[in-house]
Amino acid sequence: MGSLRVSIGSVRLDRPGMVASGIMDETGASMIRMLRSGAGAVVSKSVGSVPKPGHPNPNFTETVGGCVNAMGLPNPGIDAFGEEMRTAVSEGPIVGSVFGASPEEFAMLADRMEDYGACAVELNLSCPHAQGYGMELGTDPKVVAGIVSAVSDAVSVPVWVKLTPNTHILTQIASAAESAGADAIVAINTLKAMVIVPEFAKPLMSNKTCGLSGRCIKPVGVRAVWDLHKAVSIPIVGVGGIEDHRDALEYIMAGASAFQVGTGVLTRGPEVFADINAGLESFMEEHGYPDIRSMVGVAND
Amino acid sequence: MTESVVTVKGIEQTNAYSRTIRFDWDAEASPGQFVMVWAPGMEEIPLSLSSVGDEKAITFKVIGDDTRFLGDLKEGDRIRVRGPYGNGYDLSAERILVVGGGIGIAPLLPVLKAKRVDAVFAARDAAEVSYADPIGEELCGKHWICTDDGSMGEHCNAVQMVSKVLETEGYDMVIACGPEVMLFFLLKLLNEKGMRCQMSLERYMKCGAGVCGACMIDEHRVCRDGPVFTGEQISRMTEFGTGCRDACGTFVSFR
Repeated sequence: MGSLRVSIGSVRLDRPGMVASGIMDETGASMIRMLRSGAGAVVSKSVGSVPKPGHPNPNFTETVGGCVNAMGLPNPGIDAFGEEMRTAVSEGPIVGSVFGASPEEFAMLADRMEDYGACAVELNLSCPHAQGYGMELGTDPKVVAGIVSAVSDAVSVPVWVKLTPNTHILTQIASAAESAGADAIVAINTLKAMVIVPEFAKPLMSNKTCGLSGRCIKPVGVRAVWDLHKAVSIPIVGVGGIEDHRDALEYIMAGASAFQVGTGVLTRGPEVFADINAGLESFMEEHGYPDIRSMVGVAND
Repeated sequence: MTESVVTVKGIEQTNAYSRTIRFDWDAEASPGQFVMVWAPGMEEIPLSLSSVGDEKAITFKVIGDDTRFLGDLKEGDRIRVRGPYGNGYDLSAERILVVGGGIGIAPLLPVLKAKRVDAVFAARDAAEVSYADPIGEELCGKHWICTDDGSMGEHCNAVQMVSKVLETEGYDMVIACGPEVMLFFLLKLLNEKGMRCQMSLERYMKCGAGVCGACMIDEHRVCRDGPVFTGEQISRMTEFGTGCRDACGTFVSFR
């Protein structure tokens, strides 16, 4: 049977699917549960310098083919998150996701995540619903390069950069990240979106705008990974609307070395990882692929 | 899951502290499930359904800005509901005792409508529990009322009342909803007696749908894996009765 092992640069995982940041990853116990459900790694909640409650409810609703959220980066702060990380890292690989407002803040947070035992750090340069953070920084190649460079100098674990599809210069941003020392590109984050309730003649979200995720954005993500595969030579982690093994294969064949699942945990439950793993194994057997690596980017050939 | 903007068909004073809003909504729901409720002017909050037929109802204690907002609504006003969410109660056991504490009585009414069983209604005082007496007469086999101040029924708390009932009655399942401190000591009593139970738990919720991880108790999502958990599950929870997560995800100890 084909092997599910993958490498994202120096990060080796027994299984190719990771829990995307923001999905059942705020506590040590929930991260452990996801690892035991068949995820190869868990990307933590994006953590900042101080505790943050996020935007008031409503900040989530299901939509056609997916869901929207405007959580607003709620997190207990880097000090308190140490306890959650210490609980989780004993069970398996945890990627520490961080968000900051400056290169120095990113570097400090990444350094703390490394201390906590993260196998890599993921820089959130793509959240579409938090003022002064996320995609507000991550759509300017110079700003991205400055942050990546500061973090790369501060940590010895691999630096992953999670990018937004809400730009027409995605490949330029990725190239800037690569030149500044990024070890992998993670794409995509949610698409900036809005939901209006006609009876109230008002946007639903307290933050007004939100981010769209789920299967409806999969073709956008696959195209982004396709473009990135041509533009950079560092590994790509694909994310956006993956719910079964065929969704994952689209990303892999577009050029992703591994993938992440977010909304799929809502629609399919934590079992989504075990189901994808089993589906990938039988697909590889049926189609004669010895491992995941042999399928990466094959759609480009 | 479905989401709808529904019209308030009626709003009633349930008791001195609580209101009930009735609305027509054809979403399929079972006893113990909840909905996320919102209208402009309030934060969206989770509320258990106190009626699960085509006419649905939410019953809530007015304790903060959002429940005050809801409590001030009038017939004809609109609210947005999404859900129903959560697992609901398993009513397959033969001899069930229902135990409701305070506002926790409301989510148990659909259980009593679905199955004629015995019930204990506990509250601080008569003002909080008197409405439950006619419900008990109408829907229950036997029912017992107790208050902390002795102003109605037995002068004792819910756990003491259940203990007394169990001296003469036999059950193979207890279904309970109420303040966590009541559930904590009730579980202790039931475990000592080797009795099975299901309890509805509560935590701060954001998405309500099982994706964000805000409402975790240990490795369980209250919104999706719960809100109803078995006594065996709850007995293994380290955070039950000891603390909860706030909006930031920080663990806050109950004392």
